[in-house]
Amino acid sequence: MSLQTTLLLIPLLPLGGAVLAGLFRNQVGRVGSHTVTILGVGLSFALSAWILMQQINGTLETVNISVYTWMISDGIRFQVGFLIDHLTTLMMCVVTFVSLMVHIYTIGYMRDDPGYQRFFSYIALFTFSMLMLVMSNNFMQLFFGWEAVGLVSYLLIGFWFNKESAIKANLKAFLVNRVGDFGFLLGIAAVLLTFDTLDYAEVFAQAGTAVDQTLSVPGGMEWNMLTFICVCLFIGAMGKSAQAPLHVWLPDSMEGPTPISALIHAATMVTAGIFMVARMSPLFELSDAALSFVMLTGAVTALSMGLIGIVQNDVKRVIAYSTLSQLGYMTVALGVSAYSAAIFHLMTHAFFKALLFLGAGSVIIAMHHEQDMRYMGGLRKYMPVTWLTAWVGTLALVGFPFFAGFYSKDAIIEAVADSHRWGSSVAYFAVVAGVLITAIYSFRLLYLTFHGKERFEVIHDSGDHPPSGQLAHAPKESPLVVTIPLILLAIPSVVIGWMTIEPVLFGGWLEDSIFVLDKNNVLAELGEHFHGATAMALHSVNTLPFWLMITGLALATLIYLIRPSIADTVRNRVPFLYRLLDNKYYFDEFYQKFFAHGSVRLGRILWHKADAGFIDNGMVNGSARVVEWVAARVRRWQTGFLYDYAFAMIIGLIGILAVWVMMAP
Amino acid sequence: MIVQELIFYAFSLVMVFAAIAVVTVRNPIYAVLFLVLAFFSAAGIWMLLEAEFLAIILVVVYVGAVMVLFLFVVMMLDINLVPLKEGFTRYLPVAVLVAVAMAVELLMVLWSRGRFGASMFPVPAPNSSDYSNTRELGELLYTNYLLPFEVAGVILLVAIIAAVALTLRTRPGIKTQDPAAQVRTRRDESVRLVKMKSEKPRGT
Amino acid sequence: MLTLAHFLTLGAILFSLSIAGIFINRKNIIILLMCIELMLLAVNMNFVAFSRFLGNLDGQIFVFFILTVAAAEAGIGLAILVVLFRNRQTINVAELDDLKG
Repeated sequence: MSLQTTLLLIPLLPLGGAVLAGLFRNQVGRVGSHTVTILGVGLSFALSAWILMQQINGTLETVNISVYTWMISDGIRFQVGFLIDHLTTLMMCVVTFVSLMVHIYTIGYMRDDPGYQRFFSYIALFTFSMLMLVMSNNFMQLFFGWEAVGLVSYLLIGFWFNKESAIKANLKAFLVNRVGDFGFLLGIAAVLLTFDTLDYAEVFAQAGTAVDQTLSVPGGMEWNMLTFICVCLFIGAMGKSAQAPLHVWLPDSMEGPTPISALIHAATMVTAGIFMVARMSPLFELSDAALSFVMLTGAVTALSMGLIGIVQNDVKRVIAYSTLSQLGYMTVALGVSAYSAAIFHLMTHAFFKALLFLGAGSVIIAMHHEQDMRYMGGLRKYMPVTWLTAWVGTLALVGFPFFAGFYSKDAIIEAVADSHRWGSSVAYFAVVAGVLITAIYSFRLLYLTFHGKERFEVIHDSGDHPPSGQLAHAPKESPLVVTIPLILLAIPSVVIGWMTIEPVLFGGWLEDSIFVLDKNNVLAELGEHFHGATAMALHSVNTLPFWLMITGLALATLIYLIRPSIADTVRNRVPFLYRLLDNKYYFDEFYQKFFAHGSVRLGRILWHKADAGFIDNGMVNGSARVVEWVAARVRRWQTGFLYDYAFAMIIGLIGILAVWVMMAP
Repeated sequence: MIVQELIFYAFSLVMVFAAIAVVTVRNPIYAVLFLVLAFFSAAGIWMLLEAEFLAIILVVVYVGAVMVLFLFVVMMLDINLVPLKEGFTRYLPVAVLVAVAMAVELLMVLWSRGRFGASMFPVPAPNSSDYSNTRELGELLYTNYLLPFEVAGVILLVAIIAAVALTLRTRPGIKTQDPAAQVRTRRDESVRLVKMKSEKPRGT
Repeated sequence: MLTLAHFLTLGAILFSLSIAGIFINRKNIIILLMCIELMLLAVNMNFVAFSRFLGNLDGQIFVFFILTVAAAEAGIGLAILVVLFRNRQTINVAELDDLKG
């Protein structure tokens, strides 16, 4: 099997599964649909892993091939192609592995859902789209994948389309992403304008020549072209990766089924923005202003979204805000030119966040689709596997030494500390404070769900839809198809950081994918003090983040396990702060008031004044009226008498003669 | 030369007079007759221009046929002349104005800068006595202009048929012969053979 | 000396007079037809004059054809007139306003 065939098969196998499960759902049936999609994604994962092995062995160089030219317009080639380097392979493996786990998990989670085949078709389609995105070697295909994952995300958030909140959430996700995509498209257009090509390799080769190019904007200002491109592209990433202020769609997207929250809204799709910026590092490196913007956006998101997570009661929403916060961390890492650290955190986060989501899903199954943590507690004795894996995921998330999250998050914090970029001190404060916040909300989640006393009662004949706090059956451990993916995800959540920090961050694994200027290379500085993963973990007890994490753990234990009344006291002491956080800084209200109502008002003005007034009354009826007015006067000339027409001809003749006489030399 | 000019001016005066009369007289019959006069004068001037064939044609065909046709029609139709002459004085000023404007413009074109004077168009010498205008025209018509000539014939044929078709009217209730029906008739339509028994003559 | 301009002037005067005729006799369709004949005569006059002064017989051929067409036109025009009169008992153009919508 040639390399090109292999590469083609990797995205096409999930697509084939999606088509079979989606278009022939009645023919393949429920078992058939999960068989074909799991087979497709599994093979895809196997092939990705095979390519990764070849790259580790050094037998496979970076591959840049185009497999199909869609069209050539004005010298610009639009093509489908694959750029397979270490970065791509890493993403491919993460995507296909998490996707495979989610596929298996879904068998259990969606067992009773009537849309079973449709769901499998969607997630397989998502895998295809995401693979197209990461494997792309040009902006065109990147945009295709970008929009395709957005589409599938839309379809899956609104998977239960009978729920009004789901429909509103998917519409919101779509609209907010449009804002980001608008910037992204502008960025791609600017790339095309500047470099006359959409191919990564050609753009990056010319990037240096564009440093001094400027873009004239109305108002007489000159913008640096590269900064403009990078900021526009990053606005796209802000939409997809849910950075403030375009984050509002992600918490609402939890209306979708939990496997989707794990796959799309935690592990893969939302990290597309991070991946994209890392991929564009040769462009971003040349614009300090854009990188500062990236870093500050990430810092704001990392801190503020973590704070919201503390006050949420919906188990999935807490994890969603945690995702936002972690995405903020990755963005900060991008901003300080530590792209490898961002990708590293992306990878570890994909594993432990998918684990946490799937664990939450497992809890939700056990609680009969109750998501409110106030009605949980003490679940550890009912579902030990879920409990243990959730602990693993939480420790990884808070950055406990030796767990995956520790290595990636610590690397980011160290990189920010070493950075000299404008505003990096603010970012440093945000990421360090974020550690404390992360610890508080993570352990809060854990305690409220699995520890403490049970806040639900089991009433055996409480009907189909019992009120909150009542369950028809006692919670029990989820089936094997649910717990096996949890265990499989728990393993990398523990070891992947320890295993891969050296090659990914300091060993030059991503060297030929990511371009860093020497003056920005904070990771190289870190590398000088790096003496192995174990030493790093042991050394961490001397650092601030570790003790902050421990403080967070202690605080959470005190407040939520030992003295639950403290939380209420704090809430009553600072009601303003609580309300601010509970309402998510009033972002939704602001958007609702300003953009939604504003555009409704604008639409009403345009409707009344522009459409009804000017176009309908002025242009359409007006032109009719002008015709009528003119015709009413001109029709008097149409007497119907032949001689009048003859006179008109004669007078015309006289007129023409007069002109001729006057013009004649 | 002076003789020619005298003839030209004489015919021209007659012609202009006749033309004015055509457009102003009340009775159409007089108008047709003045038109004939104008055509005669024109024929005279064409003679002066050595277009003998056309001059003859104008008199023989045009005056002899077309104008007589006009006369026929005018006389055949029982026209009430009173309403037709209404508004004569009302239209006259406009008519004079338009005609004068037209004439002034045309004359400005004609006489400015000697555009059509003797210097631009020298007066040609008279043709020799054995020159035959008819023969020359004939040679042209039957060689270079053969196809237009044939087409002109077709046009006249079409005009004849059109005129007949327009004016033909079939009046019901008039006893006429239908030769076609007479020719098509068959024996069965007029003769009936019957079989009957022979009868005895009476009385014998 | 008779130049081309003399003959063209005669044609122009004749043409202007026939235009005046059309204006004056706007109601009598027979006179209108005669004015058109007069107009054609004016044009023919110019053709003959140019033919003579350019020494080119083509102009006379043209007159020949104009006479032919004018004869056809007069025939059909008068036929229409007869039919018109037969149907409406008048040739007053002022009463013929069927063209008005």
